[in-house]
Amino acid sequence: MQRIGVFVCWCGTNIAGTVDVEAVSEALKNEPGVVFSTNYQYMCSQAGQDMIINACKEHKLTGFVVCSCSPRMHEATFRKTAQAAGINPYMIEIANIREQCSWIHKDMKEGTEKAIILGKAAIAKVNLNSSLTPGESPVTKRALVIGGGIAGIQTALDIADAGFKVDIVETKPTIGGKMAQLDKTFPTLDCAACILTPKMVEVAQHENIRIFSYSEVEEVKGFVGNFDVKIKKKARYVKEDICTGCGLCTEKCPMKNVPNEFNLGMDNRRAIYIPFAQAVPKVATIDPNACNMLKNGKCGVCAKVCAAGAIDYTQKDEIIEEKYGAIVAATGFNPISMDKFDEYAYNQSKDVITSLEFERLTNAAGPSAGKLLRPSDGKHPHKIVFVQCVGSRCDSCAHKGKEYCSKICCMYTAKHAMLTRDKYPDTEVYVFYIDVRTPGKNFDEFYRRAVEEYGVHYIKGMVGKIMPEGDKLIVQASDLIDNKQIKIDADLVVLAAAIEPDKSARPLATMLTASMDTNDFFTEAHPKLKPVESPTAGVFLSGACQGPKDIPETVSQAGAAAAKVIGLLAKDKLVGNPCVAHSDEMMCNGCSMCANVCPYGAITYEDKEFRMPDRTTRIRRVAVVNEAVCQGCGACTVTCPSGAMDLKGFMNKQIIAEVDAICK
Amino acid sequence: MQIKGEYKPLIVAFCCNWCSYAGADLAGNNRLNYPENVKIIKVPCSCRVNPMFILRAFQRGADGVILCGCHPGDCHYTTGNYYTRRRMSLLFSMLNFLGIEKERTRVEWVSAAEGAKFAQTMNEFTEAVMKLGENKRLEDLRCKR
Repeated sequence: MQRIGVFVCWCGTNIAGTVDVEAVSEALKNEPGVVFSTNYQYMCSQAGQDMIINACKEHKLTGFVVCSCSPRMHEATFRKTAQAAGINPYMIEIANIREQCSWIHKDMKEGTEKAIILGKAAIAKVNLNSSLTPGESPVTKRALVIGGGIAGIQTALDIADAGFKVDIVETKPTIGGKMAQLDKTFPTLDCAACILTPKMVEVAQHENIRIFSYSEVEEVKGFVGNFDVKIKKKARYVKEDICTGCGLCTEKCPMKNVPNEFNLGMDNRRAIYIPFAQAVPKVATIDPNACNMLKNGKCGVCAKVCAAGAIDYTQKDEIIEEKYGAIVAATGFNPISMDKFDEYAYNQSKDVITSLEFERLTNAAGPSAGKLLRPSDGKHPHKIVFVQCVGSRCDSCAHKGKEYCSKICCMYTAKHAMLTRDKYPDTEVYVFYIDVRTPGKNFDEFYRRAVEEYGVHYIKGMVGKIMPEGDKLIVQASDLIDNKQIKIDADLVVLAAAIEPDKSARPLATMLTASMDTNDFFTEAHPKLKPVESPTAGVFLSGACQGPKDIPETVSQAGAAAAKVIGLLAKDKLVGNPCVAHSDEMMCNGCSMCANVCPYGAITYEDKEFRMPDRTTRIRRVAVVNEAVCQGCGACTVTCPSGAMDLKGFMNKQIIAEVDAICK
Repeated sequence: MQIKGEYKPLIVAFCCNWCSYAGADLAGNNRLNYPENVKIIKVPCSCRVNPMFILRAFQRGADGVILCGCHPGDCHYTTGNYYTRRRMSLLFSMLNFLGIEKERTRVEWVSAAEGAKFAQTMNEFTEAVMKLGENKRLEDLRCKR
């Protein structure tokens, strides 16, 4: 017989405000198995935990129920308390009377009644709990970082500096990500390349880092500490270890009209290309969709001019299999497509561009060598209109935009406006905005400078329509402060497009079994307290794949993710989850149903000898669960026709006891 | 379940640990109201819910049973919710055949980020069950205490 203690937490007024905690602890006193019941202001506090420990010793408790906040908050805390009191940590249950009771019900009587029932269910379950001991599993001391932008770079560097091996997987031929495309960075206006490229070089030269560029993650199996990952290294038709990056092939290639994705299609590259001068790895890549040799077998110029002999037209995709202890998702973001925003005439006029295209136009390494020229006629624009919130904060237009604030646009638009006025004082600059949001260190000062020092015209209001007329763009907008309609004949319009998670994030989340929100951003394990962990153990989040972020935030989150990975890899052994499936050999008839539904292949079959009642011996085939591999989903328990399979910690009789307690 | 003349349906909600239980917590965090007669039982995955648990709930006088899991494709255990989907469509059609209206049973996908959806689902489901009234069909008198 169990001796159960019940501890009801007030959580200040969070619970006690709508639940009569006194009545709850009184009502639960008479439940079967309960020998002690009390309540206290904060059970999770040291005083509260000491109270539990003392009660455990004084009343010789074999288990206890804490009626408090969600087990997702403090189950681990109270498991440790149990251990300190000399009770098996799995002999406790939490009744969630805060998130699922006091916070959603306003009526004291209803709240109290529900809290009592939830408490009864937890008591019914703990009556049937048994001591569990978790197994241990080793940790592979190598981390995988998916994405080679500034988030991935910083995470990889921090992990590698701590002495652990790191692999970076990047889909593009070079690491660097979006930051490599930027010109200057707010609020200090230092040049993006000047601060990024040294980090890229550091990654390339770090003895603990391997870069798999032009590669994709194909498959992820396993669990925290023991992930098995298949990486597809796409054929670049150039031997990476031989290519010196001299770039001669990229000059001689006759296929000149391939849109250059690094410059967002604003100029052309060759079929064999190096994305930009500081690319890491600095290795040429052949675009198989553009190369004549690969398509028709005619050409071969690059192979002829390559002094190193690095070109290999027969190269095939390669699958690399590697084990990792931790995985960091750093897949980043993209500006949304402007195709659905017909009112801004993005597809009608070359002179309506996105902010990222503007970055390339002002970048010294960009298509116009840093001169701000109109893409249509190469003339210098004298009147530029910036439109903020294009697709951001779109409540009514959620079908084409996003409901959230993209966070970075206010600042980069102020930067663009300021830089334009700085370089070309004869240019008039207008910015249309809903709100200017500049929280951040030195951010508002930066925006004020754009307005006060550089004379940028900020107009509160949205642009309704942009009409190309001759070589002008007529911008029709409303000025909400003067309450009037205005028209501006602009030479260039820059759209601050909303940002969205990279398209690769969704399939990756499925592979990692990490959850996503409705906007396809990765969900963190806790919005405040676990911002860089995903709910899946061993999977961490870095950068804009978790939500819109600027560079300083991305770098700090990348460092935080690295710290979590280092903490994990520093362990030699991980304590597993003891709530795993278990087969009762006496009832199992070896039908194989369970093995068929197991997603982890944790179930195998063995022939075992059994003594029969008539003293003969019979050999039967029975299921055996590998406890290190089982993750405890319980699919097998429901499939098992004989009821031999059960899940420790969530046994059939435990859940039925809970159902009974609730329905009583 | 009849409480003081005023009928309040008793609803048992099985929520998976990774998505829907967290979604229910989020509903609480955001102080979104839903009826207090919804009682949640945590399971590691929606596929842990044995049809027996649902039958037991109905036998014991539950008026409605709802299962919440991760969205298809997002299961923490990769495939668990697919099993749930198949098992439950079978079970629910069988229950319907037995006279337990299909409105009393439901499978819903609620992610950890969908607190609002959780509260809304519970409100809708309670209302649907309320319309049907008490469930007498499977009530086993031997189970009543």
